[in-house]
Amino acid sequence: MKRTLAIAVAASTLLASAACGDTGDDEKASGGSRTLNVFAAASLTETFGALGKSFESSHPGVKVRFNFGGSSALAAQINQGAPADVFAAASPATMKTVTDAKGAAGTPTTFVKNRLVIAVPPSDPGKVAKFADLAEPGLKVVLCATPVPCGAAAQKALAAAGLKVKPASQEQDVKGVLTKVELGEADAGLVYRTDAKAAGAKVKGIEFPESAKAINAYPIATLARAPQPDLAKQFVDLVLSAPGRTVLTQAGFEAP
Amino acid sequence: MIRRPPAVLLLPALVGLAFLVLPLGGLLARAPWSTLGTRLAEPQVLEALRLSLVTATLATALCLLFGVPLAWLLARVPFPGARLLRALVTVPLVLPPVVGGVALLLALGRRGLVGQWLDAWFGLTLPFTTAGVVLAETFVAMPFLVISVEGALRGADQRFEEAAATLGASRWTVFRRVTLPLVAPGVAAGAVLCWARALGEFGATITFAGNFPGRTQTMPLAVYLALETDPQAAIVLSLVLLAVSVLVLAALRDRWIGAG
Amino acid sequence: MSGLDARLVVRRGAFDLDLELAAAPGEVVALLGPNGAGKSTALRALAGLVPTAGGHVRVDGAELRPLPPERRGIGMVFQDYLLFPHLSALDNVAFGPRCQGRRKGEARRAAAAWLDRVGLADRASDRPRALSGGQAQRVALARALAVEPRLLLLDEPLAALDAHTRLEVRAALRRHLAGFGGAAVLVTHDPLDAMVLADRIVVVEDGRLVQQGAPAEIARRPRTDYVARLVGLNLYRGRAAGRSVTVADGTGDGHVLDTLDSLEGEVFLAFSPAAVALHRSRPDGSPRNVWQATVSAVERHGDRVRVTVSGPPLDAAADVTAGAVAELQLAEGARVWVAVKAAETHVYPA
Repeated sequence: MKRTLAIAVAASTLLASAACGDTGDDEKASGGSRTLNVFAAASLTETFGALGKSFESSHPGVKVRFNFGGSSALAAQINQGAPADVFAAASPATMKTVTDAKGAAGTPTTFVKNRLVIAVPPSDPGKVAKFADLAEPGLKVVLCATPVPCGAAAQKALAAAGLKVKPASQEQDVKGVLTKVELGEADAGLVYRTDAKAAGAKVKGIEFPESAKAINAYPIATLARAPQPDLAKQFVDLVLSAPGRTVLTQAGFEAP
Repeated sequence: MIRRPPAVLLLPALVGLAFLVLPLGGLLARAPWSTLGTRLAEPQVLEALRLSLVTATLATALCLLFGVPLAWLLARVPFPGARLLRALVTVPLVLPPVVGGVALLLALGRRGLVGQWLDAWFGLTLPFTTAGVVLAETFVAMPFLVISVEGALRGADQRFEEAAATLGASRWTVFRRVTLPLVAPGVAAGAVLCWARALGEFGATITFAGNFPGRTQTMPLAVYLALETDPQAAIVLSLVLLAVSVLVLAALRDRWIGAG
Repeated sequence: MSGLDARLVVRRGAFDLDLELAAAPGEVVALLGPNGAGKSTALRALAGLVPTAGGHVRVDGAELRPLPPERRGIGMVFQDYLLFPHLSALDNVAFGPRCQGRRKGEARRAAAAWLDRVGLADRASDRPRALSGGQAQRVALARALAVEPRLLLLDEPLAALDAHTRLEVRAALRRHLAGFGGAAVLVTHDPLDAMVLADRIVVVEDGRLVQQGAPAEIARRPRTDYVARLVGLNLYRGRAAGRSVTVADGTGDGHVLDTLDSLEGEVFLAFSPAAVALHRSRPDGSPRNVWQATVSAVERHGDRVRVTVSGPPLDAAADVTAGAVAELQLAEGARVWVAVKAAETHVYPA
């Protein structure tokens, strides 16, 4: 149910994000206090939330405001002029749309990597044990749609293993895949290890060696039009620091 | 003598109109007109469009089949708890569609309250099927029909029904031959609203029925996914959806509601 | 027994209707009464549109009370006709026969015949919207008659029409009612409609029957102030002893009126306003009832002037010429002598 709520919130954030982000007014209103706007892939919701808290406590008077969503949608918002300071994407390809549009200040840095796991309901009704089992006829598999990073990674892994999987659905994001698995609608799905971990006991994550062929790198960059360039740099430094990395690896991310 | 409408009404009216039309202008201005033809001819676009039209129409049919009797019940049969029931009918209006989709999964999904029996007894699973899309659209669109028809029923003079009864008409005959024709404009308006809402449905559909081209990927889903990679394609798809709906709605309005 | 035999008991909040009603086959009974007296409720109770708390509704011996409206086999003409707006005149009339299970073609042929009988064969394909008030009324009548009812109910059938159309339609309705073989009950608040259309009038006040009889009887011998006003008579209740009637006059002693009728006991005494003469000074001569009163209202009433005078001892209405009004300088507050010849009064048992 918590996951359900998270999905609803994520969706409404996505919809509302176009309307908010008017930092200039906020700053004046709060009399001297500053707001840092971080646009980050939805899979970073928990970890970046924690990092944001620690950043706020070490920077009195600074408020970190997050916009979590699908990386591509975030990139589109940034390219349309949304006032963001930092962008953390779930794939180099989406980051590239921002750098191509001269939106990033400097070169993006890869801060973590994420790999896919097979998510199955705790009871594992489809008796999935290895990657090749996904091709079993009659097994209901859901994947991310190819345009979104988790979908691209899934296709890459399947192609590398020479597996042909006919998915029941191509979800808009990884949370969509998780919902279907959690509710038992799907027998298996491919999600990031971090997502499976965050879902706790509601899904079982099954590691598979073929995931090494589709490791996803997460790049982070400060943005060219950042209203708070100094704070942006300090936040990126925090993410890249040893304590920052600990928070991330504890959540299931791998060091780059 | 033609009197000028008062500025205090005219001004907000124009602002409201601009607010509604301006985003449309944005779409039209940024549309990739030169490549429009080739983009439209893509089979995926036509497939999504066909699926959208078919499911929205089926959903409207379901809404009519169940929504009109429900509206009749609410408008004509006094019973305890009618107020509460009327409020419940409008739940899909206020529920975020994504939550509606999750609710549908919990009720009709493979492990859902009712869905597990459908699966066990008939081997029927609704998620990831076109039928699932129709159900998701019906869920969000039905309140539009019920509210519209209930309003029409309340506005209709019930004495016509009494007159029909004195002429020997059973309650079913009264409903079919007198009540329904009397509220036909309301039913038509409701059906049109219902169809339009179903056509644009996104959240409940993707949550309940998932997204698979040709089976559950309707236009709004195709638009959303296209936005991820190719915003221009998303604009094209949106324009198609817009053109089709405006065409259909304008035609229906003239035919059914234009009399007023 | 054949025809209608009913006792209608309806309770709705403070309103309480308890009315016995009978009508022989071919008889037209008019329910006459002031607004809110319960006459429309009585009609709706006969039709089954209002639940009854007791009593019975028998038509040709069959008990209809437990039946819903559609199974009572009655015909009803509503005040504003309630023709179905989405159906043509023909289909409106064919609606009843269709509900009785007749085939479409057959029902339409029957409907066409009824439209022809009410003189509207040429308007068969018109929607109700295109019909005049009088035409709509005739279609409504044809629709009610087309079910071949054993009981015909008419709720204020002429109330929605303007004065001129009303005259015409009233005459036509009278013809059609004369040709109808079943019992008919008509609700109206217009005494003229009741007099022209009904064989018998039932006067209802406050949910109760207060008087019934043939129209002529009602017109000649009203028994309540409401009926007396309707038929335009001065009415008094009193005690007769031979040719003298003692009428309550507000002082306790009573005012004695002389008559030519000789009765004993409780009686009604009535006379027409036209029989009342007004004088500035006390008249003398032939035997007549004379008293002094005050003018309380003067209003035009057709080609006469209606002068209302107030006692004590007695109130009365008098119809005089405009010339007399001028000559006697009749205005509110004027003191006049009121004179009624004994021969003009009419006395009947209460």
